[in-house]
Amino acid sequence: MVNRFFAFLRRDLRAAVSLAFLLALCVLALCAPLIAPYPVTAQDVDNTLAAPSAAHLLGTDDLGRDVFSRMVHGGAATLYASSLAVGIGLLLGLPVGLLAGYSGGWLDDGISRFIDALLSFPSIVLAIAVTGALGIGLTNGMIAVGIVFSPQIARLVRARALVVRQELYVDAARCFGASTARILWRHVLPNTVQPVIVQVTLLLAAALLAEASLSFLGLGIQPPQPSWGSMLARAYQNMELAPEQMYAPGLAILLTALAFNTLGESLRVALDPTTKR
Amino acid sequence: MAASHRLRVIRRRLLQAVPVLVLATFVVFGLLKLMPGDIAITLAGENATEQRIAEIRALYGLDRPFLVQYGSWLANAVQGDLSKSLATGEKVATSIARAFPNTLLIVVLAMSVALAIGVPLGMLAASRPDGARDRIVTSVASLGIAVPNFWLAMLLVAWLALGTGWFPATGAKPLAEGLGPALHHAILPALALAAGGVAEVSRQLRSSLVEILSSPPVRTLRAKGLSPAAILWKHGLKNAGVNLLTVTTLLFNRLLAATVVVEAVFAIPGMGNLIVNAALTRDLPVVQGVVFVMVLVVITINLTADLLYTVLDPRIK
Repeated sequence: MVNRFFAFLRRDLRAAVSLAFLLALCVLALCAPLIAPYPVTAQDVDNTLAAPSAAHLLGTDDLGRDVFSRMVHGGAATLYASSLAVGIGLLLGLPVGLLAGYSGGWLDDGISRFIDALLSFPSIVLAIAVTGALGIGLTNGMIAVGIVFSPQIARLVRARALVVRQELYVDAARCFGASTARILWRHVLPNTVQPVIVQVTLLLAAALLAEASLSFLGLGIQPPQPSWGSMLARAYQNMELAPEQMYAPGLAILLTALAFNTLGESLRVALDPTTKR
Repeated sequence: MAASHRLRVIRRRLLQAVPVLVLATFVVFGLLKLMPGDIAITLAGENATEQRIAEIRALYGLDRPFLVQYGSWLANAVQGDLSKSLATGEKVATSIARAFPNTLLIVVLAMSVALAIGVPLGMLAASRPDGARDRIVTSVASLGIAVPNFWLAMLLVAWLALGTGWFPATGAKPLAEGLGPALHHAILPALALAAGGVAEVSRQLRSSLVEILSSPPVRTLRAKGLSPAAILWKHGLKNAGVNLLTVTTLLFNRLLAATVVVEAVFAIPGMGNLIVNAALTRDLPVVQGVVFVMVLVVITINLTADLLYTVLDPRIK
């Protein structure tokens, strides 16, 4: 398994670069307090909206806070938020999809209709609506995004489960008296892992963009804690004075989303022999 | 025969759309009702008496059972009454009627841009798969999908509005004030929105064209000596029509959602600003109303697409 993974990385340079970038980002986020030269709220009041210098690698924002330090801490918040949203999407979508696909019949019909209904929501709009209801904040916002993601995972898992339940080995397991729970856990779930891994990677990019959007709108992370989205919101307010403030957070979002998407697409091709490039 | 068949399809699809609409609104209504905190207490203001809170509850029907509340809300919504804003007292339907054209203009313009640029790019990429041009188009498409819309919007404002003064940085003009000014205000938001769309359209069209162009019938045409251009235009695009329709439908739905954030950058008084402000102030009737209308629009678009499929591809029953 591990060997196959390294062979995949050697074959696919773009996937390897993306993965390296994401791993570096994780290290940066986990060690944020060690790496960031200043605390997120430390102000250099005589030095606001400063250009990059030796003391401030990426300059300072309108309150004189070190942009590089805020980028590093913001990265941690962003990665936490994306993982939370995708985690919730999995937690809700996986069991529902398994159940619908494996049981079939009226239960499948009902659940599928429900999934269709949820999929007809414009995603970020639902996230905004739910954030409005649950209360503003990064965690609530990401729970909302997770809820929006769950039908996508459920639909994917359902489709796989629908195929697997007709396999001979599932029949055999049933004949040997295996419980439904055991069949789902031992036979159906492992068969859904590959497409789910691909989907999770792509959803991490979508969650990243959703977090940035919500925080930009003021519905996500609350000041003074930074995320890349909320840093863009501040940069937006100072756009006429210092347009260069928007470059670092925007590029960070772009590159990270790009890395997740590239990795996801490469995994899709690698895991599915029938995919055409 | 064909006409009656089409009517049957229309009727069946309409009947299928109703439960989706009911379910979708029920989910939103339920989520918003399950929220922590009592909206009546919020509305009554600080230091309100128990009696005042009870009055408010009765006034907004908050003392009734959940299903009754949902039923009466839906019954009113279907008749166009989406209740009143808690913050301003304005009818929600009136606010939406004012905001929706601004949103629609940007979305339609962005769709046009996405198709006008995405379709030629997709054809260019498919004309020689894995060639240099294909690689460039595919890379640009990856960027277009990963770029945050609102960041692109900010860049456009900084460069083309504040930098050069070519376009207004904020606001919107209704179509009633003339096509020129309305488009002048809408073009930057539409461009910011269209980036992801261009990417999506070109990628999907490329992959379906590549598949069609490598199919046996097209190989026969090539063997008969038809020029690659004629094959691409007459046979490739025609067969990619159904896929293109799917992409266009999905794109419309996605743009409708994405415009929410882009509107914030340009301070456009559209659906996005309406729901964001309502969410920030917990103005639930407005949130519900906007979601209801958006879901209605999405369902209508999907329905229209389904009907167009039966026209484009007679095999679809």
